Amino acid sequence: MSKLRRAAPLLPEEAGQDLPLLAVCAILTFLACLSVMGAAGAWRAASGWSGQLVSEITLQVLPGEETDGDAAAQDAGALASGLPGVISVEVRARAASEALLRPWLGSAQLPDDFPLPRLVTLEIDPQDPPAAGAVEALFADAPYRVIVDDNRLWAGAIARASGTVRFFAIGLVILMCAAAAAVIVFAARAALSMRREIAEALHLVGAPDRFIIALFQARFFMLGLKAGTVGSILALLAALLLGYAGGSAGALFFLPSLAPGWGVILVVPAAALLAGLISGLAARLTIRAGLRKRS
Amino acid sequence: MDHSLPAGSRPDNASASPAVRFDNVGMRYGRGPEVLSDISFDLPRGSFQFLTGPSGAGKTSLLRLIYLAEQPSRGLVSLFGEDTSVMDRDTLPAFRRRIGVIFQDFRLLDHLSVFDNVALPLRVAGQGARQYGEDIVELLNWVGLGHRVDAYPPTLSGGEQQRAAIARAVVSRPEILIADEPTGNVDPDMARRLLRLFVELNRLGTTVLIASHDISLIRSMNAPVLELADGRLNRRARSA
Repeated sequence: MSKLRRAAPLLPEEAGQDLPLLAVCAILTFLACLSVMGAAGAWRAASGWSGQLVSEITLQVLPGEETDGDAAAQDAGALASGLPGVISVEVRARAASEALLRPWLGSAQLPDDFPLPRLVTLEIDPQDPPAAGAVEALFADAPYRVIVDDNRLWAGAIARASGTVRFFAIGLVILMCAAAAAVIVFAARAALSMRREIAEALHLVGAPDRFIIALFQARFFMLGLKAGTVGSILALLAALLLGYAGGSAGALFFLPSLAPGWGVILVVPAAALLAGLISGLAARLTIRAGLRKRS
Repeated sequence: MDHSLPAGSRPDNASASPAVRFDNVGMRYGRGPEVLSDISFDLPRGSFQFLTGPSGAGKTSLLRLIYLAEQPSRGLVSLFGEDTSVMDRDTLPAFRRRIGVIFQDFRLLDHLSVFDNVALPLRVAGQGARQYGEDIVELLNWVGLGHRVDAYPPTLSGGEQQRAAIARAVVSRPEILIADEPTGNVDPDMARRLLRLFVELNRLGTTVLIASHDISLIRSMNAPVLELADGRLNRRARSA
């Protein structure tokens, strides 16, 4: 009884010839994934900031020459706590204000009579915030000055910035997908040209175009899948590294964190699949056009 | 050597349209001169015929018209009663699967083993290795390549490549078998053996057309001969 044979691949293994193409696709996937992770980080940060901003109002209590700053802050907090829409009040003492100024003024002790503003943070109900102007009106007759920072004003700017970052990230991803598709088109043309004798032999034994197209499509889909996997894993590692570096050194505090959450891990299979699909589709269209051109 | 006439003028299905019909066919490549002019003939179904003529007479061009690699510049070529000029790209493969072709230059794929080269028409037709494995080994034994099943074409001699090409052409039991110098690279014994294979296929109903310069091969069969000279079909004769 003869041994059962496995059918050999009809397209020869390209071995080393596929490596540069794989590297280019992996690099494009790597950059695309970093863009997506950057945009996701920006979105997460913006969401966090916006959430805080819409639920907080900060009061700067400026004591007069004859009023005690901390007492004024306590008084402002007590007044504000009775306002409808205010959930809680946090009065920050002089020490908290000094800590905020320390990066600029150093650790030198400020004179006791320095009119250091005190901060009072009001947590407000985002669903039912205090009416416009109601907070200012509270302190119209107070013996100290109060500046009301309605943080909600910043929320719109942050949302716009976050939207812009996302827009650019999506644009970058689209550009990189297009670049990957263009690279695959060139590679598929070259592959068809190199393997012309295979296409001809298959045609002559009765293979329809779709049979030949499927061979090349499967080859390029696998190439895209491999490149996508490599590129996205590298991007994930790079994001972890950047997240760690930013977190430990504190150097990147002003940038959105790239540290991937569990959800971002889905980028790996998604990017691999997307790279495979783009690669397979580009090859399919190219080979189909190439076969029709030759006939 | 006497092979009783396998078919020649003995089509299995006389009432059906011929397997191949050429009607006043002319053919040119691009804007060049006609390489075939006013060719008219029929290959009845189940017939066995030779095609001969000097080099450059147009034999290969005529065969290319039959296996649908070219279209005539004028005239009518029909296969199984269908005008080839109106066949669209999607219907060509089905017709090609009914034709086995042995090319003068073999057209084997270097990256596939002899086994996989021979299996190509069956794979294209959708069969799996489990279905055709033993048949192919048996066929390769018949053409004397039983010991070269796993060899690759670049390691085969010219004769071995030719036999592999023949096995690939006949493995799917085509309705038409076209052979361009199928015994040009083999010794006389193997040539007779291969001819017996063609005869056997013909007995089973395959229409066979063999292009050959080999006078002794042609004379060994009492079969009609189409003779081409300068692109014209000069005469029809019987081989013996």
